[in-house]
Amino acid sequence: MARRLVKCKYAQAPPLSAVRSRYVTEGTSPAGMTPGGTPGREPLELVPAPRIFHLFNDNQLFDFSSNSEDVRCKCICPPYKDHLGHIYNKNISQKDCDCLHVVEPMPVPGPDVEAYCLRCECKYEERSSVTIKVTIIIYLSILGLLLLYMVYLTLAEPILKRRLFGHSQLIQSDEDIGDHQPFANAHDVLARSRSRANVLNKVEYAQQRWKLQVQEQRKSVFDRHVVLS
Amino acid sequence: MGLEALAMDQKGYRRGSFQSSTSDEDMLEIAGASLDFSVADDDPPLYREMGGFSSYNGGGMNGTSTIMDFLEEPLPGVGTYEDFNTIDWVREKSRDRDRHREITSRSKESTWALIHSVSDAFSGWLLMLLIGLLAGSLAGLIDISAHWMTDLKEGVCLAGFWFNHEHCCWKSNTTFMDRDKCPEWMSWSELILGHGEGAFAYILNYFMYVTWALLFSLLAVLLVKGFAPYACGSGIPEIKTILSGFIIRGYLGKWTLIIKTITLVLAVSSGLSLGKEGPLVHVACCCGNILCHLFTKYRKNEAKRREVLSAAAAAGVSVAFGAPIGGVLFSLEEVSYYFPLKTLWRSFFAALVAAFTLRSINPFGNSRLVLFYVEFHMPWHLLELVPFIILGIFGGLWGAFFIRSNIAWCRRRKTTKLGKYPVLEVFVVTAITAVLAFPNEYTRMSTSELISELFNDCGILDSSKLCEYVNDFNSTKGDDLPDRAAGPGVYTAMWQLALALIMKVFITIFTFGMKVPSGLFIPSMAVGAIAGRLLGVAVEQLAYYHHDWPIFSGWCSQGADCITPGLYAMVGAAACLGGVTRMTVSLVVIMFELTGGLEYIVPLMAAAMTSKWVADAIGREGIYDAHIRLNGYPFLEAKEEFSHKTLAMDVMRPRRNDPPLTVITQDSMTVEDVESIINETTYSGYPVVVSRESQRLVGFVLRRDLIISIENARKKQDGIVSTSIIYFTDHSPPLPPSSPSMLKLRSILDLSPFTVTDQTPMEIVVDIFRKLGLRQCLVTHNGKLLGIITKKDVLKHIAQLANQDPDSILFN
Repeated sequence: MARRLVKCKYAQAPPLSAVRSRYVTEGTSPAGMTPGGTPGREPLELVPAPRIFHLFNDNQLFDFSSNSEDVRCKCICPPYKDHLGHIYNKNISQKDCDCLHVVEPMPVPGPDVEAYCLRCECKYEERSSVTIKVTIIIYLSILGLLLLYMVYLTLAEPILKRRLFGHSQLIQSDEDIGDHQPFANAHDVLARSRSRANVLNKVEYAQQRWKLQVQEQRKSVFDRHVVLS
Repeated sequence: MGLEALAMDQKGYRRGSFQSSTSDEDMLEIAGASLDFSVADDDPPLYREMGGFSSYNGGGMNGTSTIMDFLEEPLPGVGTYEDFNTIDWVREKSRDRDRHREITSRSKESTWALIHSVSDAFSGWLLMLLIGLLAGSLAGLIDISAHWMTDLKEGVCLAGFWFNHEHCCWKSNTTFMDRDKCPEWMSWSELILGHGEGAFAYILNYFMYVTWALLFSLLAVLLVKGFAPYACGSGIPEIKTILSGFIIRGYLGKWTLIIKTITLVLAVSSGLSLGKEGPLVHVACCCGNILCHLFTKYRKNEAKRREVLSAAAAAGVSVAFGAPIGGVLFSLEEVSYYFPLKTLWRSFFAALVAAFTLRSINPFGNSRLVLFYVEFHMPWHLLELVPFIILGIFGGLWGAFFIRSNIAWCRRRKTTKLGKYPVLEVFVVTAITAVLAFPNEYTRMSTSELISELFNDCGILDSSKLCEYVNDFNSTKGDDLPDRAAGPGVYTAMWQLALALIMKVFITIFTFGMKVPSGLFIPSMAVGAIAGRLLGVAVEQLAYYHHDWPIFSGWCSQGADCITPGLYAMVGAAACLGGVTRMTVSLVVIMFELTGGLEYIVPLMAAAMTSKWVADAIGREGIYDAHIRLNGYPFLEAKEEFSHKTLAMDVMRPRRNDPPLTVITQDSMTVEDVESIINETTYSGYPVVVSRESQRLVGFVLRRDLIISIENARKKQDGIVSTSIIYFTDHSPPLPPSSPSMLKLRSILDLSPFTVTDQTPMEIVVDIFRKLGLRQCLVTHNGKLLGIITKKDVLKHIAQLANQDPDSILFN
């Protein structure tokens, strides 16, 4: 962090060319000729993508894309004379984030450049495409796993159980008959799993107890409407 | 008569206790198990595992100790609570003080104990750090995924499917005309047909939009129904109730957290009229509850855990709105029940860490924590307070209207057949929303984007329809635009916004309370923002065309930039949010943190206050309180005053014609007697007296503790049979030597129960219940025990005096 802050401080006073420094002194911000925005916010705004994901990146675990593509300078230039409004995005370092560097090719002839650029607003933006990619993939995989598990519990498990234990026990599960929810036979399995006692069954026991819990929650929310209605 | 019982039907009650053996914490598991055995004999008992469990689970209270030690140590499960019960704050707090005193006194003995005491003192802050990190990361996950999935309804990015529209066009240069277009981003019609123009492409896009919306919402409701029914709704009413001392096991558990996070994204991206802010508070509280298990101090004490949950709620709002201070105030004003200064500082820290974490994830790529962050510093004129107050009135009216109709609809859902089809309900509402939303571009976009666009001040750089004014470029200089005449784009936008307003107003009533995670903040803000923007543009045009009117002439001359429609949208949003939730301070702070403009505090305050007045005049309670009452949670509102002249003896049980109070004597009852009392009654606690004749009070013992202790003694202690005498005194009573050995239960006796006399006015009793968080209070007359008042008795009494049906509003 300290290293980054130092870097930011350095970037705060960029060597500007004569033309640019004139824009700055004329106070065209919030048109944003100064890199960044208000100076007070500078260090915060510059902190790049999260450090956690930097770790991944450094380890080459997720070497997806070069991070240099994750910065842009976005210049929005309003309509000027007969030129249409235009949005320019360019991959450029923060200290060069101004109209003169980003707007290429310049749509207006030389004398008008200054007037044209005065109206443009340039913003330096950062993102982390690695973060986005990892997040979306994590999200989709969790969602997929949950859906698979749900399908397994609704469709596959009853069939498996029927094959393993035969019809009789399923029918015995007294009050659950007619309940076509997944986990309907939780009571039954719970009773059975208790009679055996080994480590593997503890997992099943935990799972069954969880199913019971969900069944209870479902009853109180959807059937009896005592909570959350 | 003893304690007010849970009036759940017997089967449900048993199930409830079964459920109490949840994954919430190990200690409770054994407790639930042993209770199950004793209360419900016909249920498959879990007691066979119990011996094994308690030995590995005992931890500090090891199972190898002698019987005497065992009696000194608290039994596992003693001092815990059942599902759907209320905790006793006084007892929990005194237990924590005892624990703390012990650690402090021990810390002088050895270095190890000193380290232990330091780590114990530090653990609260460490916990806050962890909660902040987890809540911030989850908020980042939700933000990024929801943004992406929302855009998935319209198209897909070819450069990488994981990019949303904005990030897909990260580097492309475009003109204002097709601001949203870039070669990498393909709408569905472009992908399938190869072109994006024409009626058929429109219909295809329409179809895809509706299909995705239906798919998302269907997945959400199925996941909620299948894995964690408690994940539905906004969660704030329940959190409020839990923080006031109620126990809903599993409500803040692992599965609820996972399912709520996952389905929240689905629900938000399906385009339903709901927001993610309320559910984020629930998510943060789940994080807090789960992380509490890492620390003994918080795992074992329900009161301490509620302090952590208060702070977690602050962290939740902090990431939801990017407003750390607003979050702390929200927790203080709206959610928390017991909020000491220490919790305030901890909330502050948790909110800070959470906001920092979210900021470093940078979910929107704009270095902001929310999508609709705005920044403008236009001054406002004093006369503008009139439209701001009008907006406040609108907000109050809308809030009251919304609460009434939403509660009516939810009651219908609760009591009629409608509640039997949650999946179908979500499906139908999504279908209607999606079909109506697509044709109007202001409802098609996500609600956060809509709010962001409405808040935005039209600069020269904006090219949306809302900013299509008649421009005169020659006179403009830089960024400072004067008020201008509205162009055709603005007029189109106006009626589209009006349609969007009508749709949002009505569809939100049916959306809030569906069985998907659904927050209320964003839709109410959207309603207010639309109304505010409409009014703002109207005032702006009025001032433009009539700048010679006396009211405008002083400050709004021609060519001046005096009206900012974006500010009106902001004030409107605050007013509507205030009307619905009845927040004031935290609301203004949240709005102010969203905008970063100190100069708008007065308009926001004026609007929030007006809307609260108007809404309070129509209906007394905010939406969360209304939902608490609808569900009948035992929540004792701390904000309202009790102003009736009743006495404690009017409220206490037993009533005049009832059988006398069930009591336990301190040294003359046998195990069998006590067990028969337990079996015959359903009260959750019994007063202990010196003798039935004198009725002099000794203390109070809880049913659950009694059951667990007797059960344990029967199994582990030699010579305890049905005829053994139970005694609560320090020394065993003198008995003939032939009698069986006696059972000492002094350790579970609460020696300092709260008592009032029968002539105490109820307003004092209610105050005691509120401020101390009592669960029950004993009533004496001339020093003799006369009766008992429980929290539920107080709630019933209040309901009765307010002319409400006392039975319908209690938890049963």
